[in-house]
Amino acid sequence: MVEPSRGRIEVRDFCLRYETLEGSVEAVSDAALTVEPGEFVSIIGPSGCGKSTLLNALAGFLTPTSGSVTVDGMPVSGPSAERGMIFQQYSLFPWKTVRENVEFGLKMKGLPRSERERQARTLLGLAGLSAFENHYPDRLSGGMKQRVGIVRALATGPRILLLDEPFGALDAQTRLIMQQILTNMWQRLKISVLFVTHDIDEAIFLSDRIYVMTARPGSIKAEVAVPLPRPRLPAMTLSSEFLGLRRGLMSLIREESLRAMGGEVSADAMKGLAIDLEGQDLAAVL
Amino acid sequence: MKAVALHPVPSLPAPAPAPKRAEPTPAPAAPGRRLGRWLRLHRDQIRAGCVGLLALALFVLAWHLLTTNRVVFYVRFTNIPTPADVLGRGLAALRNPIFADHVLLSCRRIGLGFLLAGGIAVPLGLLMGRFRALREVAFPVCEVLRPIPAIAWVPMAIMLWPTNEASIVFITFLGSFFPILINTLQGMAHVDPVLVRAARCLGAGEGALFREVYLPACLPQIFTGLTVGMGVAWVSLIAAEMISGQYGIGYFTWEAYSLVQYADIALGMIAIGVLGLASSWLIRLLGRLVMPWAAR
Repeated sequence: MVEPSRGRIEVRDFCLRYETLEGSVEAVSDAALTVEPGEFVSIIGPSGCGKSTLLNALAGFLTPTSGSVTVDGMPVSGPSAERGMIFQQYSLFPWKTVRENVEFGLKMKGLPRSERERQARTLLGLAGLSAFENHYPDRLSGGMKQRVGIVRALATGPRILLLDEPFGALDAQTRLIMQQILTNMWQRLKISVLFVTHDIDEAIFLSDRIYVMTARPGSIKAEVAVPLPRPRLPAMTLSSEFLGLRRGLMSLIREESLRAMGGEVSADAMKGLAIDLEGQDLAAVL
Repeated sequence: MKAVALHPVPSLPAPAPAPKRAEPTPAPAAPGRRLGRWLRLHRDQIRAGCVGLLALALFVLAWHLLTTNRVVFYVRFTNIPTPADVLGRGLAALRNPIFADHVLLSCRRIGLGFLLAGGIAVPLGLLMGRFRALREVAFPVCEVLRPIPAIAWVPMAIMLWPTNEASIVFITFLGSFFPILINTLQGMAHVDPVLVRAARCLGAGEGALFREVYLPACLPQIFTGLTVGMGVAWVSLIAAEMISGQYGIGYFTWEAYSLVQYADIALGMIAIGVLGLASSWLIRLLGRLVMPWAAR
């Protein structure tokens, strides 16, 4: 259990540029965001907007060109177990069983074998994965692998949890189930979470607040609060509040997605693509 | 878009409930039927095995015909031993303790050279894979030395090492070293970076990364290298044992020519081939034991 005073994320004036043959490219420009202890915050944005870059900088894999990234006041200087991360690609160690995977963080902490095993078994039990304890990851389905990945990251009791489109590789039905599993788990733990996704419904269902990023170079376009009651239930996705939030976010994202797809879109260009606006104004459509 | 008139779908009568009938549990198949099923399922492997045996039999038959008839057609089979000769010498050799000494000594030399090669090449490959500075220093030297065949090293080996035995082990060491190193480097180059990132996000330091991520990730490729390396070590054996007098299966094979014991040449060749195959197979078996997750 994490005390709700831990896990405050602060990103200020974050800029990241990298060098290519054509010149320097700015991936993220002047992004700023906050996550209070125990909050579930999502970042949504078009592909290539830099949301994963931001997450990787928080994890400690990238250093910003300028700006600051701090967790509980301490600047991030490299990856650590304090900032757990779940990736879009399956990242379970194929040579370890499910239980050994979950034990990994505890092993790195120096816990003795019997204690590690006990804790790992308890966690797997809570997640409903006890039956798969001694299986190797290649026997698991995609959803199960990501579930184990989440349990593995939580085993060390990190201050924050970073998730980079963790359900992107799963089919639609599994994705919905995994969202429910994640929100139920989070409800019990109340750990600070920063969740990157391109799926608006997913972001609304899971989060307390959502940041919308612009197309590259990414910065924060908008911050939207999600006042839906907790715990979140699947039926809420049909409420008028949910749909209202979705409509608003969709229009914000649509603008940026079109921009990401290649510059300003004129009515002539739309005609060229044989997209019939049926007499409507382009601005109205967007 | 004009709406198409749809005919009302007649409501289907409720299906009659299926008569309840206990599913008979399949009776355990009689042993004869099990055998029949096994044979059917493994048809392809069985056929491949039979074809292989037939091919080997034809090979031996051709050998027999060419040698017993002393065929000459640009290629000369006059002095080549017949399969019967070789078989005779083989049976005698199995009963002869001196032949066993030859085999054991060669095995010891190969074993020593191979273990040294593995003991140096695997850690070196892992470190070279991980640390660019080391790779940039060591790789060019290795690449230059690698193509040199074992036999070309013989004079150098004799000069470098104080004893003949050391020179021989050095040659077998060189044979195994490069395949093991190259394969280990390949393994390191293909470690999935997301696994390394995941480990670091779980608190793994440099040493733990090596032990828990890089090494297991490379094991399949390392074992490929070890299997190939073992094979190449046997290939270098004759060259190596030309250095020494008196013992070793390679020496035995080489000397058989000057002693006009032609059947022994073939026997020595076959013995080296069989031993090489058997030791490679043992390594593969060891690999399967060490990597239970790769058993798919």
